[in-house]
Parts: sequence; structure tokens; C-alpha cells
Amino acid sequence: MSGPVRITRGLLTDAERPVGFRFDGRELTGFAGDTLASALLANGQRLVGRSFKYHRPRGVVTAGPGEPCALVDLIGAAGREPNQLATTLALREGLVAESQNRWPSLAFDALAVNDFLSRFLPAGFYYKTFMAPGWAWERLYEPLIRRAAGLGRLEAARSGHAAPAETVHDHADVLVVGAGVAGLSAAHRLGASGLRVLLADQDVTLGAGALLDTRWTAWREAVSAALTRLPTVRSFPATTVLGAYGHGVFGALETLSAAEESRFGGLRERLRVIRTKRVILATGAAERLIAFPGNDVPGVMLAGAALSYLRRYGVAAGRRPVLFANNDEAYEALFALDAAGIRATGVIDPRTESLAMERARSLGVAIHSGAVVVGVSGRRGVRRVAVTDLNGQRPRTLEADCLLMSGGHTPATALAAQLGAPLKWQEAIAAFLAELAPEKGCLAGAARGVFGFAAAARDGELAARTIAAELGRTVDSAGASELPVDAPSSPLAELWEVSASGKAFVDLQNDVTAADVRLACREGYEHLEHMKRYTTHGMATDQGRTGGLTGAAVLAEARGVPIARVGSLKPRPFAQPVPFAALAGGEVGEHFKPKRRLALHDWHEAAGATFVRAGLWLRPLVYSSTPGWEPVLEEARNVRSGVGITDVSTLGKIDVQGPGAAQFLDFIYANTFSTLAIGRSRYGIMLREDGLMFDDGTTSRLGPEHFVVTTTTVNAAAVLEHMEFHLQSVCRDLDVVVTDVGDQWAQFALAGPRSREVVAEVASGLDLSNETFPFMAAGAATIAGIAGRVFRISFSGELAYEIAVPANHSLSAWLALLEAGKPRGIRPYGLDALNTLRIEKGHVTSAELNGNTTADDLGMQRMLKLQGDYIGRALARRAGLVAPERLQLVGVRPLEPSQRLRNGTQLVASTARTASLGYVTSSTPSVEQPGWVGLALVSGGRARIGDRVVGVSPVHDETTDIEIVSPHHADPGNARVRA
Amino acid sequence: MLRIPCPWCGERDETEFRYRGDAVKVRPAADADAAAFVAYVFERDNPLGWHVEWWLHVAGCRKLLKVVRHTLSHDIQAVLLPEVAPSLPPPESGR
Repeated sequence: MSGPVRITRGLLTDAERPVGFRFDGRELTGFAGDTLASALLANGQRLVGRSFKYHRPRGVVTAGPGEPCALVDLIGAAGREPNQLATTLALREGLVAESQNRWPSLAFDALAVNDFLSRFLPAGFYYKTFMAPGWAWERLYEPLIRRAAGLGRLEAARSGHAAPAETVHDHADVLVVGAGVAGLSAAHRLGASGLRVLLADQDVTLGAGALLDTRWTAWREAVSAALTRLPTVRSFPATTVLGAYGHGVFGALETLSAAEESRFGGLRERLRVIRTKRVILATGAAERLIAFPGNDVPGVMLAGAALSYLRRYGVAAGRRPVLFANNDEAYEALFALDAAGIRATGVIDPRTESLAMERARSLGVAIHSGAVVVGVSGRRGVRRVAVTDLNGQRPRTLEADCLLMSGGHTPATALAAQLGAPLKWQEAIAAFLAELAPEKGCLAGAARGVFGFAAAARDGELAARTIAAELGRTVDSAGASELPVDAPSSPLAELWEVSASGKAFVDLQNDVTAADVRLACREGYEHLEHMKRYTTHGMATDQGRTGGLTGAAVLAEARGVPIARVGSLKPRPFAQPVPFAALAGGEVGEHFKPKRRLALHDWHEAAGATFVRAGLWLRPLVYSSTPGWEPVLEEARNVRSGVGITDVSTLGKIDVQGPGAAQFLDFIYANTFSTLAIGRSRYGIMLREDGLMFDDGTTSRLGPEHFVVTTTTVNAAAVLEHMEFHLQSVCRDLDVVVTDVGDQWAQFALAGPRSREVVAEVASGLDLSNETFPFMAAGAATIAGIAGRVFRISFSGELAYEIAVPANHSLSAWLALLEAGKPRGIRPYGLDALNTLRIEKGHVTSAELNGNTTADDLGMQRMLKLQGDYIGRALARRAGLVAPERLQLVGVRPLEPSQRLRNGTQLVASTARTASLGYVTSSTPSVEQPGWVGLALVSGGRARIGDRVVGVSPVHDETTDIEIVSPHHADPGNARVRA
Repeated sequence: MLRIPCPWCGERDETEFRYRGDAVKVRPAADADAAAFVAYVFERDNPLGWHVEWWLHVAGCRKLLKVVRHTLSHDIQAVLLPEVAPSLPPPESGR
């Protein structure tokens, strides 16, 4: 018999509760408490996947979140979820998983031929090979490579939002990351001092390494119980801290158990945003692999993982294990298996002697000291291990069904590094250590290179004492229990790679070998971060946890420099793959992009409006559900011939008051407002400081020190911010207050030759005659009994008024206006008709105010005042911004009235291949004249009025003969607005 | 994520604020020429070390603040009112 098997009771598994699951179609059984990986091993399944590039058979390597190989597709009700880690995935009844990256089956994979072609697939192969011709990349190379490379398969979610998640915000005095001995000890002391402590650990049970040592069971249970009694301590198991974001902000992902999932309505993950004053990083140390030929064969496993499977799940990684290690800590797996009745068939250790080696020898295990593993045979699982002395002499072969490896332990410093901690090479443990400034926090235990549980417990206490002092508390060490004594251990011997023929992997997930690293170095990618990108070493989801440092060491050796000079890879968030659903949390659908509804939304809806999104706003587009232009043109015609009403409440409205108000507006706007008479409105343009157009709108003066500004809908917030910024920086000396009143005032435009009659009937306290209330007049009035304002301004080019009333009186004012308009044929009009009317009139909107246009481009050069300073003054006059060949605003019209215009149509001099002169920005069928009219930005456009050009829209396969005309298609003399 | 101690509202997340750029730059005088404005609008130092920048607390008090931030560590040394001129240590040498 060979292979993994369940031999005893596990700490987490419940033999009374079998759990049925399916892997690659096979019905298997595990126990409650198993992970998918432990259950697969318990069923003797060593082969669990195929590798990324060479399609080599792979097995379980770790027992935690750093797993490089045991990734599976999970098939659930919501569809297929790829790249799930079998080593952390809790086994559930009915779970269905499939292995990845194999075809047609796991045992026989056609693309395993890549492994034999590997001589031709070196690092950077894709960069070097698939170069030309250019078209082939998209049509040939990429689809082929995508099919061959893997990992999991993506499938569209079947319906809706598959995985609900939520975001929770937590606050603490101290966040303790990692609930091993050091973390438990620190959290216990801090909690006892009254500080608010959050203790987060990725594992489902608190304890980490202490779970694997029976001598520490009593201590672990006592401290865990004590923590639950401390009112200021909260423990979050199954919660991985994903990243450190500075200023005490950490992100963490909590994975809910099946029981919690059903309790919280299907919730699977909870993203925790943690804000804390200090952090203690008790994140432990990760065991690393050794690069030797065959270190990826199923059955080769980290020694610590084998110990985990035995203690936690009662599973032996094999029945005839051998250990290949350079450190004493790794021997714990061998001792534990031995105690459980599994005798190792040998130990290979590059050291000549060590305390652990002596103990193994006394158990009767064959010791190969001063030796290394040079090969592994057995393609789908370890069968024999080839061993030589360090100098390559005395080759021998050991029979084995699993190979436990350990190249030492690397302290987990990723979070510290993200907090800016410098890393220092530590010879004694052959790893980098981080040091944090106490005002941020500290590291404790193995994360700080302090190995041994008793030492870690004392280190956790020390960390607690340091942090408590930082926060002005003292830690009481009373009640400290007697700690089990750490067994003495011998130092490790650095060993990164065994030089022998065959593939020695430094990155198992991305199939990067030591030879790839050397090749990258030879080709000039000598910097660690360059080598990483060239070979993809450490770029997989496991982020090089098991082999990252090994790759750096191989690079250091290739460069002939100490590893301290090569450094270590910069760790970035996230610490583990995070589903997008978890990041989105509740911010999906309408919670992602809320809808702003007009005060009159219900009325518009009842009137049959079709709505359109304008920023966050829902605006009536047209009061009809009939497709096509006809309903729009009906509304527009009604304005031109009679009277229409439209809701323009989405415009930004800013109240500007104070003794310096006029002077402030003179500075903000490119034209002058200090000369504006009380009771008058003026169109204004605002530039950015770089001289380009920012926004436009009308501003009315209601009193000597009181103005009300309107902005475009899209820029409402930006203009307010622009004003506030300048008021509080450049214009600090001005006594002015700006207030956003956009939500306080509703505003309706009444447009058309009969608009005066309607307004006159509803508004009282105002003489609307042309003499007393001319074009651009503004004044207070009572609208249907409501104190409001009337402005005689026009966007449509017709005689028009805008009526403003407090927003909560919208409906009564609107209904009164409709009632008064009824005998005059009033109809509401939507955004489409509004657009038709303004295009005919030549007014600009965001299509022309696009961030690239200047006042000169839009024909507003004469509005730029000559006296006084204003934002954009100096730079608007730069030669490049007034050059005659710039794109200038013009009108366009098809020569043939039956042809249409399209926004985005390019305008060229002829159908021959010539440069574009410009493009159509806005277009509409006209109600003013037959056919379509539009606005366009055309190079030197003003000088081209009267010219003929060709409009080309390749995506529609259309060419149109077009005449360039004045942008003022309707009423160029502006007589109607003054009628 | 920055946590900015607003003198009016207390310590708040950076998402409540709008970054308004380099506060070391001072707008040239009303009669300054285009070259001075080019420097004001487009030319920026890229210091390694302490830097003064404008942050507008748009989702809070809507006050403009001068924040002295370290460009590498993101540490915040001081949050000042707009009229206060901070004294800055010289930029550190690049690395």
C-alpha cells in the first residue's frame, strides 16, 4: 500500500459526520471539518491538477493559503468558480469540484507534451516567438496560448449577482494579525489592559502552530477561553488580512462557514475595513521549498503541511515518507508521523549533524547527512527518491511514497513591508526581517524571526507591553501560566537549490524553474523585479509564498552577489485572491450608482416619459414610448409655434452672497458680472486656469450683494468645488459665501411665442411687458401663491422664461403653469426636444464643452474681458489656444435634405485619403428647416463657412456631402428672444 | 488610505476629501505674464519627502486644508488652515 491515508483522529475533523462530495466525477467521502485537500488526501488522491505551462501532474503541497498547486474549479448553483484553493476550502455536503488545466482527463492530459517540448519553451518564450506578423497575435497566437495556459475556466454567472457579500467597518486600538502563540499572547495581555483589540486569523480555529503541538493544547485552550471573557477583545477566525493601507487602515476578508452562510441569507464573504491605532503583526513564518529536480511531483509536500494534515485531519501524507530538510523544525512532521505509527524511510539533510537528526536516528530512521535529493521518480506520484552527497558522490535510491521538504522558514513580513518597514537579511535564519516603527506597531513571534512557541509567547507579551505603553496603558503580567519549554534546536544550513539535471521549480504555480531564473539573468533581467516579470516568478495567486525567496537566492547566485543585495519581491495587496463580489459588497446595482430623481419624477412618469440617465439624474427624454424622432419633433415644433414646458431642475444652482460677491464672480468668470444691474441675468463662461473652457450658464443679480449662478447639469458639483477652492485660497480676502442651492430650487423653462401669456397668468407681482421685463431680466414673483423667481432667459432661441420655485412646491407650480397653458396648447418637452432646439440655435453643451475647446474655438472670444484678472486669463491667450487652424464651432447641414447627420462623423475635404478637418459634435432633424442640422468642430471652421466637405462615418459605411454654415441655424438675428 | 485629521471635523477618511494639488504653488499676480502662469499651472516638483498639498473636505465641512504629507511614507505631519505657511524640511535625496 502506498499514498496518503487517514490514520487517526484529527483535531478538526468529526468522524461521526461523514460528508459526501465529488471530485472529477468520483463520489468521495470526507469528514466534517475537512478541507477539500485533506479529504482528497484521505481518499488517497495525490494527483489533483495539472501545472500551468508544462501540464505536469501536481499534488497538494501546502495546508494553507499559500498553496501553489491544489487549485480547483468549484461547481455550484451559481455556476463555475475557478481557482479555488483546495487547501482552505471547507468541505461541504454535495460539494462538486473539478481539477484544472487538463484535457481530456487529469490522468491523461494531451498538452503534457509541453513538458517534453520544454527545451523549446524557455522563460520569455512568448515574447520571443510570437512576434510577427502583427495580425497573427490577435487571431492565432493568443487564442492558442489562452487555450493551452490555464488555470481554471471562467463561465458567466448564471443569473443576477451570484455571491452576495457585505462590507463592515471595524475600529480598534490594536489589531493583532495572526492568532498563533505570539498573537494569542499579545491579544490576551492587551485585552486585559482594557484596550480594544481585534484578533484576526486566516484559519477557522485560533491557535495556528500551537494547534499542531499537543504540549500547547492546554495553554491554547486557556488563552482562547480567556479572550472570550475579555469584553474589549473581538476574535475573527477565518479572516485574512489582505493588505495594509497606511494610517492604520487594513482590509480583511472573512469567509463565512456553511452555518453562518445559511444564517446570513447566503452571505459568503464579509470584507472588513479595519481602522486601528496600532497593529501587532504575529503573522508567523512560511515554510519554503527547495529547488531540486522533481520537487513538483505529486507527493512532494512541505514538511509543515504534512504535520498539519496529520494533526488537524488525521491524514498521513504517505505511508513511507522521506524527509528532505535543512532545519530542525521540519523534523516535527517526521516525529509526529512516527508517533502515529508511520516510520520514515529516510532523512536527507545537507547538514552533517543536528539535534533533530540525532533524535530521528534514535527512532531508527536511516539518516543521510551531508546529502541532498537529486531526483524524484514516479510521474504521477513519488515512488523513489534519488540521493547523493553534497558533492554529487555516492548516489543511492530510497523507496518512498511521499517526500517532505523544508528549506527553512521565511517570516511573513508582507504587511510590515506594505507599512514601509525596511527589510534586513538575517543570516541565522536565512531570511529577511522587518522592523516597524512603534508608532505604527510591531512584529511578534516567528514573523520577527523568533522561533519556538515559548519564545513566541514571551515575544507576544513584549509586543503587547510596547504597544500598550505607546497607547498610555500598562500591561499586567499577573496570572502568567507556566509555558512548556522549547526543545533546543540546531541552526539551519542555507540550501536553496540542488544542482542536478531535471526541472527544479522555484515557482510551482507558474512553472518557473531555477534554470529560467538563470536564463533571465543571462539575458539582462538582473534586477529581482525584472526577473519576476520576465519569468513570472512569484506572480501567481500564491505570490511566491513557498518559493519566492528561493528564486531570489538562485538569482543572487547567478549574479554572484549575496542575497541581501538582491532583496526580496515587493509584496502588494491582496494577500490572497479576493472575489470581486466581496470587494463590491453591497455596492451593486442601484447601490453602486444611485439614481437621482427629480422632484416631479412621478408626474413625468405618469405623463408617459421615457427617461435617460444624465450623470446620476433620471431626466425625461421624451413624453412618449414611440420610437423614432417624430414624438421629439412634435414637442420641439410645439415650442417653436406655441409654448412648451420642460423641467430643468437638474441644472446646478449656486447662491453667491456677500460684499465681495461681484468681485468674486468677475474673477471666476471670463466675462464681467460687477456691471450687471440688479434684476438682470447674464450668460457667463468660466475657464480653467489653463485657459480652456470649463463651464457656462446664466447668472442673475438679485441684490447688490446677491447673485444666483446656474451651471450645467454635469458640472454642478465641480463648479461649486472650483468656487470654494478659489474662495478659500486665492480669494481669501473677499467676504463672500457660496452655497449650493441645487436641491432647494426646482426650475422650469417655458419656451415659445406664447410663453409670456402663460407666465403672466401664473406669476403675480411682476410686470412681464417687454419694456419692464425685457430679455435677460430677472425678478422675484409669486408663482401660484409660492414665492419664486422668474428669469427671462432662453436656451431654445424662442421667447422664454425660467421659473424657479422651492423644490417642495414643484408640483403645484408645475400644475398651475400647465393649467394656464392648456388653452394655449402647452405640452411638456423632454431632453431630446431641448437638444433639437438648442442645436438649431447653436448653443453649446457638454458635447462642445468637451475639455479641449477654448472660448475662441466656440466663437466666444469677444466675451473674454480685457480689464482685470480672472481664472484662465493669462493662458487663454497662448498662441496655441487662439491659432486659426484650431477646431472651431460651426454649423453643418447635408446638401441633400434627405440625408442624415451623425454625431462623430468625420469631415474631410474629399473622399480621397485626406486628414480629418474635424467632426460633428451634435446633430438633429430640424423643425426649423427641412432635413438635418448639426454642430461641428472644424479646423479653421469660421473661415470655411460656405465650404462643402464630405462627412464620413466608416462604421456606418456612409459618406454625406455637407455644407459648413453658421452655427445659428434658427433666428440668427436673435429677434425672437426679444419679442 | 489616508486618514486626514480635519481641524474642523476630526480624523476622516481620504475619500471624504478632494485632492486639489500642490499648495506650494502660489497664483501669480494679476498682471503676471503667461510664463509665470505656465509655471503655476504645469510645472511641479516631485519631491521625495514632505510636501504641502490642498485637500478640500467636500463630504464634510467643505473647508480647504493644507496637508503636509510625506510622499513616500504618506505620513501626515500637519493639517493647516489655508493662510498658514508651513515650514518644511528640505526634500530628501532620491533613492
